[in-house]
Amino acid sequence: MTALLRATGLRKSYATGRAGLFRPSARFNAVDGVTLHIKPGETLGVVGESGCGKSTLSRLVLGLAQADAGEILFDGAPLPRADTDDWRRMRIRMQLVHQNAAGALDPRLPVRAQVEEALRIHKRAPERAARALSDVGLPPAMAARYPHEMSGGQLQRVVIARALALDPDLLVLDEPVSALDVSIQAQIVNLIRDLQAARGLAYLFVSHDVAVVRHVADRIAVMYLGRVVEEGPTAAFRTGALHPYTRALLDAVPVPDPGCRGGAVPRIGDPPNPAAPPPGCRFHPRCPFAVHRCRAEPPVLREFAARHHAACHRIEEIA
Amino acid sequence: MRWFAIKSLRAFVTLWLVVTFVFFVLRLSGDPTMILLPDDTDAATRSFYRALWGLDRPIWDQYLRYVAGLMQGDFGISFRNNMDAFQLVRDRVPKTALLGWTALSIALVLGIPLGILAALYRDSWIDRVVMGLAVFGFSMPNFFLGILLILIFSLQLRWLPSSGSDTWWHLIMPAFTLGTGFAAQIARYTRSSMIDVLAKPYMRTARSTGAGPARRVISHALPNAAVPVVTILGFQIGQLLGWAVVTETVFAWPGIGRLLTTAVATRDLAVVQCIMILLAITMIAANMFVDFLYGWLDPRVRVGAGARTA
Repeated sequence: MTALLRATGLRKSYATGRAGLFRPSARFNAVDGVTLHIKPGETLGVVGESGCGKSTLSRLVLGLAQADAGEILFDGAPLPRADTDDWRRMRIRMQLVHQNAAGALDPRLPVRAQVEEALRIHKRAPERAARALSDVGLPPAMAARYPHEMSGGQLQRVVIARALALDPDLLVLDEPVSALDVSIQAQIVNLIRDLQAARGLAYLFVSHDVAVVRHVADRIAVMYLGRVVEEGPTAAFRTGALHPYTRALLDAVPVPDPGCRGGAVPRIGDPPNPAAPPPGCRFHPRCPFAVHRCRAEPPVLREFAARHHAACHRIEEIA
Repeated sequence: MRWFAIKSLRAFVTLWLVVTFVFFVLRLSGDPTMILLPDDTDAATRSFYRALWGLDRPIWDQYLRYVAGLMQGDFGISFRNNMDAFQLVRDRVPKTALLGWTALSIALVLGIPLGILAALYRDSWIDRVVMGLAVFGFSMPNFFLGILLILIFSLQLRWLPSSGSDTWWHLIMPAFTLGTGFAAQIARYTRSSMIDVLAKPYMRTARSTGAGPARRVISHALPNAAVPVVTILGFQIGQLLGWAVVTETVFAWPGIGRLLTTAVATRDLAVVQCIMILLAITMIAANMFVDFLYGWLDPRVRVGAGARTA
């Protein structure tokens, strides 16, 4: 099956601090050579700590930011340049849901008007707004409310309704549940899954929470300091993660079983400054298995099982 | 309705405080007969006029009579020409209102688009030029700008009349003189408020939904950025009369500002008081208007719509 979205060798750097008179401003690669693809109707989960480039990646994929290098093909064609008419038309097919639902809505407008606006921009019937709001489980009476009159979970439903009203093929969800209470998180995650089952759209689901991603994703990509360190089907992450970083992430997920408290979870400390990534394997300063080679030579993604890739020199030895 | 009743009551109390304060301060500032009558007036004539104007009564008595008069719409008599003070002021209102509204319109029409432009092209040459003009416009004293305009457009180019108010041509220079400072203020506030709003996540939402730049600015950024600008507008309507005094003097514009300067200089108490009351009413009305606009612009401060959270 051909991919709905295929990104190859994406790279995006940002300036840190101001340029001096004789000194160009320092730059760091927020996303440093990422390759991924998403098939129609599939969910790709992207996991990583804050600062690993997840949000930059989601902006690049949507064409909201321009990549410095690399190529993005959506449905076989390159993304149009940002803010052109073609690019705006493309918004019907790819939409964004991000973490801060309260901020993502205009405080001055009732929520129904905000869903209608998305439809009007693309010359669709605004009457579909009511349908979109009921699809995400909001009672009709709420349509007239203003954002400040609604709870975080309700607001995230509105944001999802606004994105889905246009019937996109791809929805990029950037930390869609991180700002919500755990009980509400479960509701929204289930809503997201149900919507996919009903409509067959593809998700790029970005989160720092491995447990959530494992719950929704068909495949998972683990990012570390701008690079993908492991990628494979979700089932593979249940049975045997390959990369030491992925294992640390998985070990850190709390187990809801009182009999199983306080296992020996390796503590790997905070990530290094993404503006000055370590040479060689970027994970080596925090890796319990690091050897001399890891400090010198950056590992490449290698396939270890069917469609299961990881970037580590020592997987054969430590597995 | 309840909101309106409370506001009105407050406005009434404010007005009463202003009346009282102005009344006593003016009467503490000296004997009007010393200024109004010639220096060689004898004591008998002076006391005749004092009795005529009621200045010989105890100050409390004067105050109560004045307030009682106000209740019946009597603002007192001008000492200078024996005319009804209210009549004198009312005759001048249209001219100042015309000048003030024109100046305010110029300020809005120039200030808001320039502020938006500066915000959209932040840190570019457009931003620098606009902000440079704003600093210039705001820091230039009115009388100086007025005289400068007269020098250029009346004396050198001979395009515009330097004084009077007979035609629309007469309005141009005073209105620009008065409007420039306000336009500069509005441009600055519009710019900073727009910059805040442009960075808000909902602006990114609008863009990623496919909204074009015009739609993003007009239907999302501007209404949200308007609240601080409206606040400034309220202050400006209040300041307008104060600044109009200078402008009207420079261009010999026969408005309230000039009436006020002469009335103060000659201790024409009834006229000064009448103008002060008018000023206070303008301020109060401007503030109420601003409060009303807040509610219209921002649903979060709308009255009646109690905070419902589920």
